[in-house]
Amino acid sequence: MLFKVFPRNELETLYDVLAGHHLVGPQARGKDQADQEIFAFDYIHSFAELRLDFTSTVHSLKRFLLPPREILSSFNLDNSGWEKHIDLGIYKPHVFFGLHPCDINALNKLDKVLTGPVYPDPFYTGKRKNMFIVGVNCSPQPWCFCKSMGTDTVLSGFDMFLTDMGDKYFVEIQSATAYDILMKLPIAQPTEGDHRRFVELMDERNSKFTCQVDNSDLTKILDLEFQSPVWKEWGKKCMSCGTCASVCPTCYCYGVKEYVDLDLTTATKQRQLYSCNLIDFAMVSGGHNFRPDSSSRLKYRYYHKHRGFQEAYEEALCVGCGRCGQACLSGITVPDVIDSVRRQEVPK
Amino acid sequence: MNKLDFVDVLPAQQSSTRKSDLTSFEYSYKAEITNVYGLTDTEKLYQIRIINSDQRHQFTFKPGQFVMLELPGIGEGPFSISSSPTRHGDLELCIRAVGNLTNFLGRVPRGTLVGITGPFGTSFPVEEMENSDLLLIAGGLGIVPLRAPLFSILENRSRYKQIDIIYGARNPSELLFTYQYQMWRQFDINLKIIVDQADATWQGPVGLITEILKERIEAAGNDLSRNTYAIVCGPPVMFHFVCDMLINAQLPMQKIFVSLERRMHCGRGKCCRCNIGATYTCLSGPVFDYWSVLNMKEAI
Repeated sequence: MLFKVFPRNELETLYDVLAGHHLVGPQARGKDQADQEIFAFDYIHSFAELRLDFTSTVHSLKRFLLPPREILSSFNLDNSGWEKHIDLGIYKPHVFFGLHPCDINALNKLDKVLTGPVYPDPFYTGKRKNMFIVGVNCSPQPWCFCKSMGTDTVLSGFDMFLTDMGDKYFVEIQSATAYDILMKLPIAQPTEGDHRRFVELMDERNSKFTCQVDNSDLTKILDLEFQSPVWKEWGKKCMSCGTCASVCPTCYCYGVKEYVDLDLTTATKQRQLYSCNLIDFAMVSGGHNFRPDSSSRLKYRYYHKHRGFQEAYEEALCVGCGRCGQACLSGITVPDVIDSVRRQEVPK
Repeated sequence: MNKLDFVDVLPAQQSSTRKSDLTSFEYSYKAEITNVYGLTDTEKLYQIRIINSDQRHQFTFKPGQFVMLELPGIGEGPFSISSSPTRHGDLELCIRAVGNLTNFLGRVPRGTLVGITGPFGTSFPVEEMENSDLLLIAGGLGIVPLRAPLFSILENRSRYKQIDIIYGARNPSELLFTYQYQMWRQFDINLKIIVDQADATWQGPVGLITEILKERIEAAGNDLSRNTYAIVCGPPVMFHFVCDMLINAQLPMQKIFVSLERRMHCGRGKCCRCNIGATYTCLSGPVFDYWSVLNMKEAI
């Protein structure tokens, strides 16, 4: 990896160089009840909108890669039959400016399933390959447990990664495109002092993580405690609304539905993101539901993310961003659930 | 304006296998419903033929695999193939009218065009089962996924030893493929049928499938440990009882195969709807050996 530094006031130049493309970044979207700013990833139209000092966004950037609704194919219908049209879409290149390590790690995890060797998903892959990612270091929030998930730093999956060092930005460069773009800026080789300052900053950041999850032997514990009454208690709290899945950067489940237009001459096949907590997620035709109660669905969610994905890819399908816990209407958080299962203490 | 050098995978010039994988993701074969046979009040056997003859001949599947059948504008669903693998793209699907898609399918005329994608999933290892006794156990609609391996076995009957089919249904009117029983028996197959509730015409045994299985196991001296394979298909509740009996009769777990049913929306290991834990029924299944089933929480 190559490292460079550039003066802090040159960030706008970097923005200007990239702004000719569709540019998505964090922007402020009003305030919550506790008077804290709310942030969202959206299209940025001026440098002033870009808020690299953002805490965390409510939603992940999933909607740009896995839209809530997406047309997979369309049909022309007539009396003699139908024609299927598949528009894989030539997606316009997008620049993602200001992704935290957790969000980049989430994309890397999604890649394993959706761009892997088995039936790669062209809709996701097309968008994913047309991304240019500028990562930015974050300041840990009270709900972040990424350190426990090993996703507080990111080693791949971005083009350049910025760390704010006060008077200058420290840049990690991962791609030739990123290097070419940085050549437009007055970049310099980091000095010994810059190196030390960077390490100090990382140490300082590390000390700020407060929320932790004990992941040791978690796969075995989830198997051992599969019948535990603790799950029943969490099931009582869970309202099966699916909010956690909608804000989760790594949830990719979906359902497929077909719609006929009113004039009966065209139809579309669409996929809609789903949630394993919704009641009919595993219900088959005829009415048999493999996971009829909320506790079994909530348990499945944890089981998939922390047990099954771990088995398949040797990592959890969770980046510890804490969005699900922040968004949950019942206040169910991942650290609480895992802790209670580990200690077999029924939550209050 | 600064031009960024992006990788545009889909319109890319290179014709790697990856690109064809990507472009074929949503592709479906156009197929015609050539014949429909009513088997019972709710189940029909659909003969479906892939229209393009090249595609039809190149369509190969293994017994136990499934296809996604699509009726444009109505829906798409997974169905076990219950015809012989040697018939390639001349498929037979036995479908119970139970939901939106299947009820609509029950009303369409012959000649209707449907989309077929697949085949997907794992299969029964019929070659591995050669030179052994076979126990094919089906409950209700379970006879449907079992019919494809049965065809394979019948076509190579001499390679197998004793074959028993134990088939249970709720009542005689729900028995499927009744017109084929005679043919099966002619192939020296010991077909035993039991129903839960008899009607006026029923002369066979009445009760649960486990009763017939018990007789068969006792006839084998309560020892199936050597040279026997079992295929079990049926409703979830049946698996427990039947598989427990087989294991008590010392049939090794890796010689018991089951076909599991789950909700599926893609068939390609993406949508997660068929997951058991994080095991995709569409990729690692629907055919599992019993050891894998026991290893998955809530599989049966």
